Amino acid sequence: MGASFPFLQPVSTPLPERAGQRAVRARWLWPAALLAFVLFWQFAKPVAKWAFVYPSAWELPAARWIGRATKWLQDEATFGLFTFTDLTRFVAAVIDLPYRAVLSLLSTGLLSGQGSSAVQQLPPLSWLAVLAIVALIGHHAGGLRLAALVTACFGFLVLFGQWTSAMVTLASIVVAVPIGVVVGLVLGLAAFRWPPFERALVPVLDLMQTIPVFAYLVPVLVFFGFGPTAAIVATLIYALPPMARVTILALRSVPSEIRDLGNMVGCSRRQMTWRVMIPSAKDSLMVGVNQVIMLSLNMVIIASMIGAGGLGFDVLAALRRLDIGAGLEAGLAIVALAVALDRLSQAYAEKAGQPAALAPSGTGLVARHPYLVAALAVVIVTFLAGLAVPAAQVFPEGWQVSTGAFWSEVVRWINVNFFDALEAIRNAILLNLLVPLKRLLGGLPWSGVVLMLALAGYRLGGLRLATLVGVLALLIAVTGQWEKATITVYLCGVSVVFAALIGIPLGILAAERERLWRWLQLVIDTLQTLPSFVYLMPVVMLFRVGDFTAMIAVVAYAVAPAIRYTVLGLQRVDPRVVEAGRAMGCTRLQILTKIKLKLALPEIMLGLNQTIMFALSMLVITALVGTRDLGQEVYIALTKADTGRGLIAGLSVAFIAIIADRLISAGARRIRERVS
Amino acid sequence: MASDQPKLVCRGIWKIFGAGGKGLLAPDGGRPSGADLRAAGAVGAVRDVNIEVHAGEIFVIMGLSGSGKSTLVRCLSRLIEPTAGDILFNGENLLAASEARMIEIRRHSMGMVFQHFALLPHLTVIGNVAFPLEIQGIDRARREERARRMIELVGLAGKEHVFPRELSGGQQQRVGIARSLAVEPELWFLDEPFSALDPLIRREMQDEFLRLQSVLKKTIVFITHDFDEAIRLADRIAIMKDGEIVQAGTPEDLVLSPATPYVAEFTRSVARAKVVKVASLMRGLDGAAPKISISDRAAVAEAAPLFANGADTLAVTDGEGRAVGLLDRAAVVDVMMRG
Repeated sequence: MGASFPFLQPVSTPLPERAGQRAVRARWLWPAALLAFVLFWQFAKPVAKWAFVYPSAWELPAARWIGRATKWLQDEATFGLFTFTDLTRFVAAVIDLPYRAVLSLLSTGLLSGQGSSAVQQLPPLSWLAVLAIVALIGHHAGGLRLAALVTACFGFLVLFGQWTSAMVTLASIVVAVPIGVVVGLVLGLAAFRWPPFERALVPVLDLMQTIPVFAYLVPVLVFFGFGPTAAIVATLIYALPPMARVTILALRSVPSEIRDLGNMVGCSRRQMTWRVMIPSAKDSLMVGVNQVIMLSLNMVIIASMIGAGGLGFDVLAALRRLDIGAGLEAGLAIVALAVALDRLSQAYAEKAGQPAALAPSGTGLVARHPYLVAALAVVIVTFLAGLAVPAAQVFPEGWQVSTGAFWSEVVRWINVNFFDALEAIRNAILLNLLVPLKRLLGGLPWSGVVLMLALAGYRLGGLRLATLVGVLALLIAVTGQWEKATITVYLCGVSVVFAALIGIPLGILAAERERLWRWLQLVIDTLQTLPSFVYLMPVVMLFRVGDFTAMIAVVAYAVAPAIRYTVLGLQRVDPRVVEAGRAMGCTRLQILTKIKLKLALPEIMLGLNQTIMFALSMLVITALVGTRDLGQEVYIALTKADTGRGLIAGLSVAFIAIIADRLISAGARRIRERVS
Repeated sequence: MASDQPKLVCRGIWKIFGAGGKGLLAPDGGRPSGADLRAAGAVGAVRDVNIEVHAGEIFVIMGLSGSGKSTLVRCLSRLIEPTAGDILFNGENLLAASEARMIEIRRHSMGMVFQHFALLPHLTVIGNVAFPLEIQGIDRARREERARRMIELVGLAGKEHVFPRELSGGQQQRVGIARSLAVEPELWFLDEPFSALDPLIRREMQDEFLRLQSVLKKTIVFITHDFDEAIRLADRIAIMKDGEIVQAGTPEDLVLSPATPYVAEFTRSVARAKVVKVASLMRGLDGAAPKISISDRAAVAEAAPLFANGADTLAVTDGEGRAVGLLDRAAVVDVMMRG
């Protein structure tokens, strides 16, 4: 079966002289193209102004089209039996019902009556009850240690006065996660079974993951209104794609022998899916569940922009007041929730993978369901205790702790003592680097840039890549987003360069020092789980709003993948090759530069790719601190509920992400082919 | 090999992967060469295979990796749809069977053992063995009762509630064997069942397999890439190369008269005395038979020790113990000297 890749063969055996010619041409292609580009840029402006600034007369009114389409969907679209609005109402109802049930259990209690005149018939679960139940779940999933950890996480919520908000957030997560998992699973299954469906689904998933979240907040807002239901819909859109992907991957990686077995024992299609494929893929599927949980938590703050309430709202409000203490505590509360839910789901994933202990053979209710019975007992006891002692129902305010004042004081102190130094740094970088670069990029002719990108695409990946890259870049210009896009690219570019300059050397250092790497990992993990908004705050307080602040925040967020992939790449270098180098008498530096870095280059490039993706997603968020890029455009559209404007700007960000991703992946692939 | 109608008959089985498929078979009078297919961008994984497997025999298909043996066995059970040909199982053409009928046949008449065991990780040993019965909708008590018997048969009693990953490779394959036998199949496919095991365990499992077969008397199609394994187990062997069967016959046939240099390459290192049967060396009876006798189905190597006490001739007996011929010392020595 050696001939199963016949298309590979002609490539590997080109005629020698033609290869020579091609190499000569390749050597001259880039300098020539660059020269042409520079000449065009310097001298063509008087002649062809249209090639520099995209004429507004040529712009496609795409935003207006989308706006009109939205309106049509809302007012007229119908599927015969029901209208589009009916559909969104139905979805809203499906989400709303369980949400309300969980919310009343965790937060509001059982209410009768509407709005502010509602009367509480039954109190919600008290903090003691939730704490005890969480501990029980922890014990069930992973024993005493896990129980202690999750109790501590929830205890943090109680102690720091985040309880009420945290329960609102938890309620939306508890509803969003199962829906996300089930829908993702069904989509993944469908894609696995029908390849045409997969071909349609994968690009949609790609887009869902690259469009900045803000962009689809707008249509969600338009179709679902403002409130927790809309927030859950947005969360689902964000958290669903990885589940679908993991499902496809997990099903595909089930060994073909297992599938043969299913057929040999005569499974029907349904038996094949539910008795053979899904149970065999369970371990990997649990990874998807964990992803859904973590991404739902990532969305907590952003979702609060369209009415999620809870911790996200607290962070957002603190950010607007520049109250770093309150913001940090609410942010840490999200982290505490994230840690608890992450560890719980991981413990269950591990448990699913391991042989279960034999079920106790007792027959009584207590013997068969000890955890359930214990939880019920806890609920009843705490309910009664709550009636007698109010502190058992609601944690008294007097017992709460807050470090908010301390953090505000720290920042104030830094500002008082180091204001001049900070200001000098900020101004130096702003004036010498950021502003000139912004001008330079803004002055480049869009037509030339589109052509150069297409050329890069052609050199790296052939005609298909060139077309993709060229068309996407052109679309940004055609929809009138070019100017804002250059600001996005410039901010993103500068941040990525800084992140790489910090991250790659750190990665090189950490790759050979086990202890340093362990510490660094802790820092990276924290940076990544901390909601991105949280570190906007101290930066804003130190450097005020503007591009520099945005840059610092983006670098802090995007440095993680640069470090991680560098370390991974270096550690994955074949030790035998390093040994061979040492045997040849290489110095340590030579081993690093001539062997390790060369072999790790594809991985490092992938890390760079990830850095760019991280930077772009953070950049949109920094619109809150007053950048003037596409992110700001999306944010403004959100406040005006202007679907067209938001989607167009959001898609432009996605296009930038896709262009960068495809070009870098193609480059990494070429290097990897050369290396191995 | 006693029954008149073979259990399983394959006529002109083709499996072509890649472009064209069936279309490629027509122009060349139905027999394009491997090179023809490659030129057309296709791969002939199985090419014009004709075999007959008789009730109660162990039919071994031996070939190196890429020879198409795994594809062939999957064609026989229609896990892979053959491009052309007929497969008759008890006279019924499987390729004409509906999907429902095929499910029916697989549920009740076929069992398969896989190279990498293909145990379901979320089920215990008994859960795995009972799985085919569960799929048929048999109630829990009955299927577990049957599964327990199978687990005992393969020597794993006491391990019923253990999960597959806690077992060694040999034990896992015993579970695989028990599972494939749980439906009491007429036709038993074993796809390189022992290839993933250590050599010592492999030997042990081969003995175990022969023991089981002496009890069960199934009709077996056994795939292997190991010629020694084939010689040890087979009633008949088919050697595959590049999707075709190069030679099919008893181990003795292959060793004594290899059809091609390729087959000879395999048989060269095989000790003939272990393969050649007494029947093919004996001469006719003349006068009274000697006292010491040996079965005509025994290998020559088994006869050798019987000459140790100075006898020159042994009596050869058939299955019923009647003397049918004589075996000379010289003939045995001759075979053994040739290696």
